[in-house]
Amino acid sequence: MEPSTGDSRPMQGGAPTHDRTSASPPALLIRQAFPSARPMGGELATYHLTATQAQWSMAAAAISSDAGNRPESPSRLIALWGASDADGRPLASAVYGLADGLLWVDLPLDPQSRQYPDLSRAFFFAGRMQRAIFDLGGLRAIGADDVRPWLVHARDADARSPATDYPFVRVSGAGVHEIAVGPVHAGIIEPGHFRFSVSGEKVLRLEARLGYKHKGIDARYTQLDPILAGRLAGRVSGDSTVAHAWAYCMALESAAGIELPPRAAWLRALMLERERVANHLGDLGALANDAGLAFGLAHFSRLRELWLRESDALYAHRLMMDQVIPGGVLVDLDASMVPRIGQACRSMAEEVQRLRAIYDEHPGLQDRFRGTGTISTALARQLGMTGLAGRASGLGRDLRHDHPGQPWSALSVHLCLSSQGDVAARVAIRFDELLESLRLIEAIASRLPPGTHHRALRLPQGHHCGAGAVEGWRGEVLVGLEIEVKGDRSRIVRCHSHDPSWQNWPALEHAIIGNIVPDFPLINKSFNLSYAGHDL
Amino acid sequence: MWQILRQAVRIGICPKSSAREESEPVLMSPAEVSDRQLQADLRAALGRALSIRVVDAGSCNGCELEINALSNPFYNMEGEGIHFVASPRHADLLLVTGPVTHNMAQALVDTWQAMPAPALVVAVGDCGCTGGIFGEEGASRGRVSAVIPVDAHVSGCPPRPSAILAAIRSAVQGVAGA
Repeated sequence: MEPSTGDSRPMQGGAPTHDRTSASPPALLIRQAFPSARPMGGELATYHLTATQAQWSMAAAAISSDAGNRPESPSRLIALWGASDADGRPLASAVYGLADGLLWVDLPLDPQSRQYPDLSRAFFFAGRMQRAIFDLGGLRAIGADDVRPWLVHARDADARSPATDYPFVRVSGAGVHEIAVGPVHAGIIEPGHFRFSVSGEKVLRLEARLGYKHKGIDARYTQLDPILAGRLAGRVSGDSTVAHAWAYCMALESAAGIELPPRAAWLRALMLERERVANHLGDLGALANDAGLAFGLAHFSRLRELWLRESDALYAHRLMMDQVIPGGVLVDLDASMVPRIGQACRSMAEEVQRLRAIYDEHPGLQDRFRGTGTISTALARQLGMTGLAGRASGLGRDLRHDHPGQPWSALSVHLCLSSQGDVAARVAIRFDELLESLRLIEAIASRLPPGTHHRALRLPQGHHCGAGAVEGWRGEVLVGLEIEVKGDRSRIVRCHSHDPSWQNWPALEHAIIGNIVPDFPLINKSFNLSYAGHDL
Repeated sequence: MWQILRQAVRIGICPKSSAREESEPVLMSPAEVSDRQLQADLRAALGRALSIRVVDAGSCNGCELEINALSNPFYNMEGEGIHFVASPRHADLLLVTGPVTHNMAQALVDTWQAMPAPALVVAVGDCGCTGGIFGEEGASRGRVSAVIPVDAHVSGCPPRPSAILAAIRSAVQGVAGA
């Protein structure tokens, strides 16, 4: 397969709703460079291009300069990964977000040199993704500065715990010392290593060492049947199971060229918002607890438990795992449950408002929240932050708001935004989004379109690519997928699940600078990033 | 302060059983543990409260959510004489989640070896029991028992908090019987 100079494969998906007249400058530029590229209908319009090295670099430069030049620009890198095509030849893949949809660029690589042009100078957080790409497939970014290992800690399976010989960046000077934490932490949290360089109580630098949970998910995908692999997608990050499973199913449905029944899309949205509520409830309690107000944890964990029991009553699963399946959802919503859902949302909103008033008026809590772990809007843009933490730092992006496919276009999702960028802002965004999600859940349940909740998926013969992107509670979750169907045999050629934690982990390291060590748990919780979703 | 007290009084104590009845379809584990039984088991086996250390050896984080739920006012684990401790040196029992990844295997062994006797181990979730959907090849070493000896297993993806509690109890009963 020869790298072509403009081969584009537009992909299909759900109902087209976006406005194609307002193309962003990079989208125009790319359209000129790839004249055959046309967006086709989809919940998210997606261009899929096979690029040359020059085109790969040109697309990155155009998108990063647009992002740098226009503060309101939505242009961004979403995901970067390495894979092999159906013939086993190496590929580098990048997915960008543009004003009018997604751009997926595949770069076929020379099987001997296995190199691709570096993106970390254009996109700050791409550095770690490139290190991961090398660890997993031996593909090297030409000219990248940081080539330390990332996800694979030791090639030898019996090697000792490797954090001890990882070359952390050292800070030197009078009175500077290091604090090493992890991978096993004191609480019930995921494993990761944090290396603080401190002077007294003040943190000068934090460097995270992640990858402890690396399970080889991209490789595992290729061993599973495309339909069953939805279960794996739902376990990339358990707290975002609905978002990840939906993104995978969207990619598979896009690859298969089927349109999702409207009712199924609405039922998925219902679960996505339930997931957002459950996570925000948990975080709001834990944040107060980390600031010394155990009362907050007791009351929010009570509300979270009540909420999970409601999910259990609706789906027979507290976290709603395996409910989003290719072609729709596993169970339909019985009309008799609608009043109960509305009632639960209203009483939950009332309880949350009451607790919010207590949080807002608590001087000790506000003292810990305000001005702690601040990321300015300018820095957030530079770092390429996304999702909830991005919105708390003034980056007003939300897929539900920006690319409203079904059902979002009918619901007019309110974009929750703050420019404060501190722990208090990330708390406030959670309160705002929680209440907005409760409104959405009630609206979705009461306005569900009729029809089927599931349509069996028939995979078409041949090779097909598909992409799916969903605004999970942390940020945008993306899946890029290629399937091969021959006769009655189907397989996943390559599949990558991207969690927004990739973008925001480096931001956490900036947020702690200049703060005191005891505020780290609070700042960390205010981001609440996924280790599992990042380590893959 | 007044608002906090008023809220505490308004909500009161979350009674374990009545709350379960509120949302009918919650399935009860056959080995459902009552507070008093559990406390009696702990006294018989250890003569005191139970200290637990949790190690996530590679889970999707779903099991952690349910282990955390044990501390909420409904399950009220602390109230029953079980608490989570920060150091393995203070722990009687190790809860392990996830398929054990290559990158976590050594940290898991180190944690387990740092524990004093009886150093009980409970493998939590389908992944901890069998490797689950992640399998037992490549970067995932799989089941916990492939790395350290396990006293009790609890399946489920993730298991319900009540099932995790039942597995903890069964591990403790093993000590009492020995």
